[in-house]
Amino acid sequence: MGRKLDPTKEKRGPGRKARKQKGAETELVRFLPAAAAEENSKRLSSRARKRAAKRRLGSIEASKTSKPLGTKLSPGELRKEAVQTPGKKGAQSSFNTTQGKKRPAPAHSSDEEEEEEDSEEDGEVEQRALWDSEDSDAEMVDDYGANLNSEDEGEKLLPIERAARKQKAQEAAAGDQWSDEEIDEEEEMSPESGSTKDEADRGLQINVDEEEFILPPAGEMEQDTQAPDLQRVHKRIQDIVGVLRDFGVQREEGRSRSEYLNRLQKDLATYYSYGDFLLGKLMELFPVSELIEFLEANEVPRPITLRTNTLKTRRRDLAQALINRGVNLDPLGKWSKTGLVVYDSSVPIGATPEYLAGHYMLQGASSMLPVMALAPQEHERILDMCCAPGGKTSYIAQLMKNTGVILANDANAERLKSVVGNLHRLGVTNAIISHYDGRQFPKVVGGFDRVLLDAPCSGTGVISKDPAVKTNKDEKDVLRCAHLQKELLLSAIDSVNAASKTGGYLVYCTCSIMVEENEWVVDYALKKRNVRLVPTGLDFGQEGFTRFRERRFHPTLRSTRRFYPHTHNMDGFFIAKFKKFSNSIPQAEIGNSATGTSKNLDLPDLKGQDSSKSENSSQPAKKAKAATKAKPLLQKGQRPKKASFQKLNGISEGADSELSTVPSATKAQMSSRLQDSSQFLGKANVPKKPKRTGKLKGQAQKSQSSEKAASLRQSTLPKGRDTGTPSLPSLSETQATPRLNEHGQTLGKAKGAGKKAKFQKENGTPKDPQVHTVSPLKSSRPPPAKKRKTASGSNRQRLFS
Amino acid sequence: MRPLTEEETRVMFEKIAKYIGENLQLLVDRPDGTYCFRLHNDRVYYVSEKMLKLAANIAGDKLVSLGTCFGKFTKTHKFRLHVTALDYLAPYAKYKVWIKPGAEQSFLYGNHVLKSGLGRITENTAQYQGVVVYSMADVPLGFGVAAKSTQDCRKVDPMAIVVFHQADIGEYIRHEETLT
Repeated sequence: MGRKLDPTKEKRGPGRKARKQKGAETELVRFLPAAAAEENSKRLSSRARKRAAKRRLGSIEASKTSKPLGTKLSPGELRKEAVQTPGKKGAQSSFNTTQGKKRPAPAHSSDEEEEEEDSEEDGEVEQRALWDSEDSDAEMVDDYGANLNSEDEGEKLLPIERAARKQKAQEAAAGDQWSDEEIDEEEEMSPESGSTKDEADRGLQINVDEEEFILPPAGEMEQDTQAPDLQRVHKRIQDIVGVLRDFGVQREEGRSRSEYLNRLQKDLATYYSYGDFLLGKLMELFPVSELIEFLEANEVPRPITLRTNTLKTRRRDLAQALINRGVNLDPLGKWSKTGLVVYDSSVPIGATPEYLAGHYMLQGASSMLPVMALAPQEHERILDMCCAPGGKTSYIAQLMKNTGVILANDANAERLKSVVGNLHRLGVTNAIISHYDGRQFPKVVGGFDRVLLDAPCSGTGVISKDPAVKTNKDEKDVLRCAHLQKELLLSAIDSVNAASKTGGYLVYCTCSIMVEENEWVVDYALKKRNVRLVPTGLDFGQEGFTRFRERRFHPTLRSTRRFYPHTHNMDGFFIAKFKKFSNSIPQAEIGNSATGTSKNLDLPDLKGQDSSKSENSSQPAKKAKAATKAKPLLQKGQRPKKASFQKLNGISEGADSELSTVPSATKAQMSSRLQDSSQFLGKANVPKKPKRTGKLKGQAQKSQSSEKAASLRQSTLPKGRDTGTPSLPSLSETQATPRLNEHGQTLGKAKGAGKKAKFQKENGTPKDPQVHTVSPLKSSRPPPAKKRKTASGSNRQRLFS
Repeated sequence: MRPLTEEETRVMFEKIAKYIGENLQLLVDRPDGTYCFRLHNDRVYYVSEKMLKLAANIAGDKLVSLGTCFGKFTKTHKFRLHVTALDYLAPYAKYKVWIKPGAEQSFLYGNHVLKSGLGRITENTAQYQGVVVYSMADVPLGFGVAAKSTQDCRKVDPMAIVVFHQADIGEYIRHEETLT
């Protein structure tokens, strides 16, 4: 009743009046851009509105003829075409500013309105007229017909639809406005300076589809190091990723892909605070989109997980007790029977009475996996080489139900205290804790059924836990880690007892995602020791690489598993499970093989000797090729007895295979041949040239892991040699081949190296007379590449001819 | 690592018997194998015989712990039980004390148990008798010495100490260093 002094004043505050709906006109004002609000004049009476509408109609039609297209586009555009009035300019600038602010508050717009009131009388701008017409439409339902002529098609649109259209057009125009003030859309890539590019970028925010990303020229790159603007950098990262995704189409002319990638690398390093080395490594590892996900995942911590200690409680009971304390948790997943993930907790999860009573252990989800892969059985002897802080050791103990013995070792005395504490707290009674350098095993004690090696690493998988890794790791660190890991892995392999009834397994794991620390180390071990990879038993996770950039790894590396923070939501991890099939340690080819030869003579200690021979055969670099072949045979050779047989075979074959460098026969074949030749060689050659024969044998064994097809060639090779390989070995090879095949079958059954030796001898001797007949056929074969074998071949020749 | 001498064994058994009495025999003669005590760096470890063979291979200065540590001998050759022995004391305890949930935290911080926190106590507990402290959910929290006999506990005022604290599971966090 006359209390309203200023109807336009907005009601504010928590009361009912503020919440009251004001009416469509005011609501519309908030939706339409401020520019529209500008155009809204003061409230007119109904007659005044009609008069204004008629006026507008007249002016709109006049402008429509001049530029029919213009009406479709934004009001801003129209404004350009229309008569430039001072008021209009004012409107324009205010329009611009409001556009920049996007959605100004209604209060602000009302200020604009008041400003525009004057100008409206002067310039009949189509835009304002349009907005006004809309406004009047909103107010007066009857006025539909009056304003529709201003529209393009003259359709009957609802005012809100028209407003939406205008808004769209307006935004398009605004985008254009921000660019070089040209109406035509900016599709072409002009070599612009950074500033215009920024404007374009800003325009991009509104006008997503039309702008293309312009890679700043090389000169720009230094500029950024001075004052990196993270917003800009982030925008540029997204742009480059977009360009790279559809490079053929979206690339800038004259710019190579590597320029984009370099720019991206620098930007990512800036934005996520990585060192250049690490980011370069990550770019090698992941495709660009996955890389972004990985980097994002590293900024966020992984969820807290815990493992129920089944020695003291059950998961169900523990979950209940913790929920009663106020912890929000869930089972970890199908793959874990003891894991729980904590979403949030009102009590410190590391200090609850249940924790102190040893009912659970805080452990990362990925740390549970290696123990699951290891699958320790009861009453076994287990070695945990790098056990601190004891999470995996205690998991092993609970799987074994406190039976057997676990030797928990760590090289760091400080962290061992936490191991002691954790193991006692969790009620582990079968553990012995020691403080050795892992490389001192198995000298200290060996012969374990299973070994777990959680090697110290660069920690690139747990960046979310320790962001310092981003910058303080470089090439040297990674290589040093890799070196240490290789040493530890070899020691661990030597500590496993291959003859164990229930075990013979080793699990190697790291919390790193670098190929140098994972696949490379595993591949190295495969070459150096009598082990092979077996499936881990984990049905999820990414397979390890069998090739990476210029490196090629053994194909069985597919059975290893990789885990990433961005795909599995657990710390980055790598797990490989080995099975050791022979306790013998392969000797190095040169030098050691000589001792291997002499050892062959000492038949009693065949098993020990087998190491030198069979190792040589198992070691070869060509093992990768013959893996498939060698493995089935190797399986036969798993038992030490077999190994000894193989060793003898290897010895005899050494002479033969030396001659034929081509990787030919299967290991069994080779070994049998070696055995033959060793019979002859052993006595004669050892005094003469032990080293050479040793080398040869080493090489021979090397070539053992080759395919059968080549074996035939192998037998012929000695013939084809220039140095004149004795026919005997070749013949013995050919003759040995069929016999070897049989031997291969009976390898498992044969017992006692002595018997085999005799058998071989028998095989060997009858071959002599036949040698000469066979030799001419084989002379067509190319000579073997290695000289050493030639030398031994010549030795043989002297022997037999 | 060496076996305990007679004297040391006697001292230790006396201490343990304060809490579990004649059940001590059950510690040594177990159905799942023979267990024995070994001394290493003044600490007494309770190990299964199967482990001894493997443990013998480890050098003395490199061996950190084996089996379960029961406690240590002080410089004056007195035996002090650690909380790590709780797992073996709790099932054989003769005299038990249960404390209320509100008093749990206080006990886990190393404070004595007051009458106000006392939930239950076994009958016929003598004064200065070794007792094992439980929570109301039967979770062992530690052990101590009864400051008052059961009869006296009923009479005494709420702020009086009824159990002297000796060891509690909170020490796993508070005194992690002293465990080794």
